[in-house]
Amino acid sequence: MSSLPERADVVVIGAGIVGNSIVHHLADRGWRNIVLLDKGPLPDPGGSTGHASNFIFPVDHSKEITALTLDSMRQYEKFGTLTTCGGVEISRTEERDQELLRRMSSATSWGVPAEMISPARVGELVPFVDTSLIRTAFWTPSVAVVDPLQTGALMREHARALGALTVSANTEVLGIDTEEAGTPGTRTVRTVHTDKGDIETDTVVVACGVWSRRIAGMAGASIPLTPAVHQMIDVGPIPELAATGQEIAYPIVRDMDPLMYERQSGADLEVGSYAHRPILHDPDDIPSIAASALSPTQLPFTQEDFDPQLATALELFGPILDREEVGVRHAINGLLSLTPDGSPVLGETPEVRGLWSAAAVWIKEGPGVGRMVAEWMTDGSAEIDLHSADIARFYPNQRAATHVRARASEGFNKTYGIVHPREQWESSRGQRLSPFFARERELGAQFFEVGGWERPHWYESNRHLLEEMQPHAPAPEMLRERPAEWDGRWWSPITNAEHLAMRERAAMIDLSAFAHFDVAGPGALDYVQRMVVAQVDRPVGRIMYTPVLSPGGGFRSDLTVVRLGTRHFRIVTGGADGARDLQWFTTHLPSDGSVTLTDLTSATCTVGLWGPRARDILGELTADDVSHEGFGFGTARWLTVDTVPVLALRISYVGDLGWELHAPFDQGRRLWDAVEEAGRPHGVVPAGIGVYGTTGRLEKGYRLMGAELEAEYDPVEAGLALPKVKDADFVGRDAYLRARGHDPVATLCTLTVDDHHDSGGTRRYPQGGEPILTPDGERIVDRKGRGSYVTSAGSGPSVGRYLLMAYLPPEHAVEGTALTVGYMGERYPVTVARAGRTPLFDPDDERMKR
Amino acid sequence: MDICVCVKRVPGTGSTILLTDDGMNVDTRHLGFTIGPHEECAVEEAVQIVTAHGGSVTVLTAGPPEAEEQLRYALSLGADRGVLIDTGPEELDAEQTASALTQAIRQLESGGSRFDMLLFGNESADASHYQVGIRVACALELPMVGGVKGIQIDEAAGTLDLRRDAAGGIEVYRTPLPAAVAVAEGLNLPRYPSMRGRLRAMKARLDTVEVQLEPGGLRKRGLRRPAEQGSQTVMLGTGPEAADAVADVLEELGVV
Repeated sequence: MSSLPERADVVVIGAGIVGNSIVHHLADRGWRNIVLLDKGPLPDPGGSTGHASNFIFPVDHSKEITALTLDSMRQYEKFGTLTTCGGVEISRTEERDQELLRRMSSATSWGVPAEMISPARVGELVPFVDTSLIRTAFWTPSVAVVDPLQTGALMREHARALGALTVSANTEVLGIDTEEAGTPGTRTVRTVHTDKGDIETDTVVVACGVWSRRIAGMAGASIPLTPAVHQMIDVGPIPELAATGQEIAYPIVRDMDPLMYERQSGADLEVGSYAHRPILHDPDDIPSIAASALSPTQLPFTQEDFDPQLATALELFGPILDREEVGVRHAINGLLSLTPDGSPVLGETPEVRGLWSAAAVWIKEGPGVGRMVAEWMTDGSAEIDLHSADIARFYPNQRAATHVRARASEGFNKTYGIVHPREQWESSRGQRLSPFFARERELGAQFFEVGGWERPHWYESNRHLLEEMQPHAPAPEMLRERPAEWDGRWWSPITNAEHLAMRERAAMIDLSAFAHFDVAGPGALDYVQRMVVAQVDRPVGRIMYTPVLSPGGGFRSDLTVVRLGTRHFRIVTGGADGARDLQWFTTHLPSDGSVTLTDLTSATCTVGLWGPRARDILGELTADDVSHEGFGFGTARWLTVDTVPVLALRISYVGDLGWELHAPFDQGRRLWDAVEEAGRPHGVVPAGIGVYGTTGRLEKGYRLMGAELEAEYDPVEAGLALPKVKDADFVGRDAYLRARGHDPVATLCTLTVDDHHDSGGTRRYPQGGEPILTPDGERIVDRKGRGSYVTSAGSGPSVGRYLLMAYLPPEHAVEGTALTVGYMGERYPVTVARAGRTPLFDPDDERMKR
Repeated sequence: MDICVCVKRVPGTGSTILLTDDGMNVDTRHLGFTIGPHEECAVEEAVQIVTAHGGSVTVLTAGPPEAEEQLRYALSLGADRGVLIDTGPEELDAEQTASALTQAIRQLESGGSRFDMLLFGNESADASHYQVGIRVACALELPMVGGVKGIQIDEAAGTLDLRRDAAGGIEVYRTPLPAAVAVAEGLNLPRYPSMRGRLRAMKARLDTVEVQLEPGGLRKRGLRRPAEQGSQTVMLGTGPEAADAVADVLEELGVV
C-alpha cells in the first residue's frame, strides 16, 4: 500500500479507463507528482469499466465522438488489448434501412471503412442468425472488443515507470476543499480529504463515472449526469462458441430496431439492451462495495424489464439460444452514466477552477478522452475539438438535477434509436422564455430549444406566405413540402417563405437567446484585446465581429464585440455557446480586479429587424437619426424606440439592411409590439431561427460556431482571417500567425446541389454531415487527413439553390468544380459556387450597407 | 412422482449486510431477491427426478406477493406449477411459515394433488431456523430426513434412499413414500434457467392459496451486526525473497 503524499500536482479520482488514461497521458506530457485514487480495489475498483461489454463500433454520426473512438482504438491496439472481430448492424424495418444508409454516409465522412451488406452475407459472417428477419445490414470490419481493465493497468504502469504516479486504491474521498480564487466569484481547489489522509493540490480530476456528480458536489461543482441502468445477460455454454477457443471469433451483432446487441464472450453469448424503460439512480444511492452483491455498478437484475428482449434475442439467435441446456448464467442491471444531451462531460468545471470533469465516457472513448483531457489540461486546448463535450456547455438550468433526470430518461432509448439531426427534446421544455414568448405562441411559433431557450423556428401564422411569395421565389419548389419525410422532418417551407418576405419587405426575429457580457474597468481594453483576434481598440460605437481562438489556434468561438466606451465593451455571442464563452472569458479575467465582467444575458432581450423596409419601420419609432449617414453600418448606438431604451447594432447575419435591437428584458414586450405595429403597413413578418441560422446565413456564407467553426480548422481555412494582425498579443496568436504563413490546407466553400432527384425520381435534400466526394465517388481528403463533409446544409430561397458548406482541399476549392455529395446511399451532383468567404447572395453586401 | 418444493424469497446480499435504521430488518433497497442455495438444489433435484420418473413439480412459497418472482424463477428451471400463499409484507416466523405451508399442502391435496415427496431447503438463507421442514412433516405425519445430499428412488418398492454427511462418514436412510426431505447444497449442481424456460415462466399462470395465519411463537427483538472481523493482510515480501515465506504459509495451510 503506497502512502499518500501530502502534496500533489494533480489528484485524479477514479481508476477506471478514463482516470487511468488521464494519468498516463499527463505523465507523458511531463506532469509529475500525480496521485490516482480509487475507493475500490485494483484492478477492478467496481465502477462501470469493470462490467462493460467492451465492444467498440467506431462509427457515430458525431464527428467528435468518432474521432475520440478512433483515437481510443489506436491506444488499445498499442497496448495489445484490442481484438478485431467486426460488427454488423442489422435492419428489420424500412426506416432503419435509411438510417443504416445515413450511418454509411457518416462512415465515409469520418473515414471509417464500412459497407452495406445483404442478409445472406450476414449469415456467412454470423452463422447463427435467422437471416429471414434481416432486411439489410451495415458492416464495419474494424469493430473490436477491448480489455479496459488490462489497458488501465498498463497505463498506470507506464506512468509509474516515468516516476510520475502514486496509486492509492481502497481510498475513499471524503471531501474537497476550495478557497476563493483571485478572480471575484470564483473558487479554486485546495485540498482533497481521504480516509487515508489529506492531499494539497491545485488540480483535481473527477473521473468517477456514475459517482462523478457526488464527488464534484463535494467541491461545490455540478457534473450533470445520472447513473442509469443498462441490462445485460450472459447465456451459455454454447458449444459452437466454445469450439472457437477464443473470447470472440464472430462479429458482434447490433439488432438496431429492438435496441439490442449480441456478442460472443468465450462460450457464452452476451445479450444487452437499451430497450427497457429508463431506470435512473441517484449517485448517493449506489451501494458501497461491501454492500453490493456483485459490484456497486452491477445492480440486481430486474427480470421483468428484460423479458420482451429475451424473446427478441431468441428469435434472432434461435439456433444457438433456444436450447434447454443453454442457460442465463449471469444477468445484471449495469450502471452507466447518462447526460442531458448524451455527450460526455469534459473539462474544467465552471464553478471551481482546477476541478476537472472527465465523466460520462464509454469504454470506446475512454483512452481518447484521457489523452484529450490531458492535452487540454496541459496546453489549454485539445487536438480533437471537444465543444459538444465541454462541461461548460451547460447553463445552470441545464445542470439542475430535475433537468438531467428528465433528459436522461428521454435520451436513454435514443442510444440505438434513429435520431433526426434537428430532433427536439420533449421533456423539460419552457425553461427560458423571451418577453416575446406569448406573442410568438399566438402566432403559432414552432419552438426549437437551445440552452433551455425556446426560440421560434418558424411561424404557422406565415403559412399564407407560401402562396404570396411564389412570384418572388426563383425556385418555386422551395415553397412546397419536401417529398421525402426525413428531409422535411422538423422543417417547414414556411421558413423559406419568411426568408423571401424578409428580402422583399422586412422581418423581425427573436434573438433573445444571445448571451451578453458587459466588460468594464481600467483593464478592459487590454483584456478584450487578449481574448479576441480582431483589433478592438477602435472608436467608441464600433462593432467588431471576431474569431476567438484556443491556444492551439482553432476556433473557440466567433462573436461580436461592441466598444461602448473607452473602458467599456459589450460582448454578444450565440445562445448555443453562451455558457462556454462565459466560462472562457471568466477564466481569463485578470486577477488584479482591473476588469469586471457581468453576464447580462437574462437582463437583455433582442429583436432583429432586417429587410429593405427596416429603416422605414425603425424611423417611425424613434426620433434618433437612423439614416445611413447618421447611423453607419458596423456601428452601435443607444436609441429610444417608442419608450424603450435600446442598444442598436447595425449589423446583420442575414445579409439585409437592419439592426439588432437590444433592450431591457422587462420592456421587451413593448418593443416587440411597437415594431410589429409600425411594421405592419410595411409588411413586416415575424421570422424564425430557420431564416436567421440557416437560409439567410447560408446565402451570405456566414459561418456557424460548432458547424464550420471548430478547433480543427483555423481562421485562414475558414476564410475569417482578418486583413491585418494587430500588434497586441491574444490567445492563439502564434498559431494564427503560423496559419497565415502558408496556403490553407483546406478552404471553406459554398456548394450548390445541381440535381436533387434520386434514382426513383424523388427530390432529396442532404441534411448535413454527408461526405463530399469526387464525381467518381471517391472520398476527398486534405493533406492533414481531414475528409470533406457537409458542415451546414439548407435552402437559399433568394438564390434558388440548395446550399452546402464544406471544407475542400485546394485542388477542389475552385469555383465551378463539379463534385458529388453522398446521401442515403446515392450521389448527387454539386458545384463549388464559392471558395472562401464571398457570399453567393449580394456578394458586395450592398443591401445591408445602404 | 409428484413433488412439492417449498421455497422462500430471501435477499441476495453482498459481503456486508446492511440493516434498516430501526435494526429490525435487512436493508434491501439495493438488493435483489432469490431463493437460498439449498432450495435451488431442491428445485433442481425435483426437476431431475420428474424428468427421469415422470410426474410433476409444484413449487410452493409463503410470503409477500413479490415472491411470485421466485416461483417464476423455479418455473423457468423446469417446475410445472407455482403456488403462492400471500402472507403479506410482514416476515413470518418458522412456526407460522410451517403452518401456512401445511394448510396449503392440505388444500392442494384435497383439491386432487397427491405429493409423493415434499422437498425443503435445509434451512432458509436468511433466518436459518432449521425448523420449517420438520414442522410441516410432523404436522402432515410424514417421515422426514434433513441435511440430505443424495436421493435415490426405488419406484417399485416405493422407497427413498437418502444420504447425508456425518462426522467421519455418511449416513443412509431408507424411508417409504410419501416423505419429506430437507436437502443441502452439494446435492447437485443447479442449472441456469434457459431463455425459453424463462419465457415460459413469464407467461405461466400462478395459483394462489389462502390460509389462516396463526400467531407464531417467536418474536424478533432486533438484528445486530457482529463486530467487524477486519481481515489482516501480511506482506510476505516482494520478489524472490518472498518465496520462503510463501512456502511456509502453504505448508501451514496443508496445501503442499
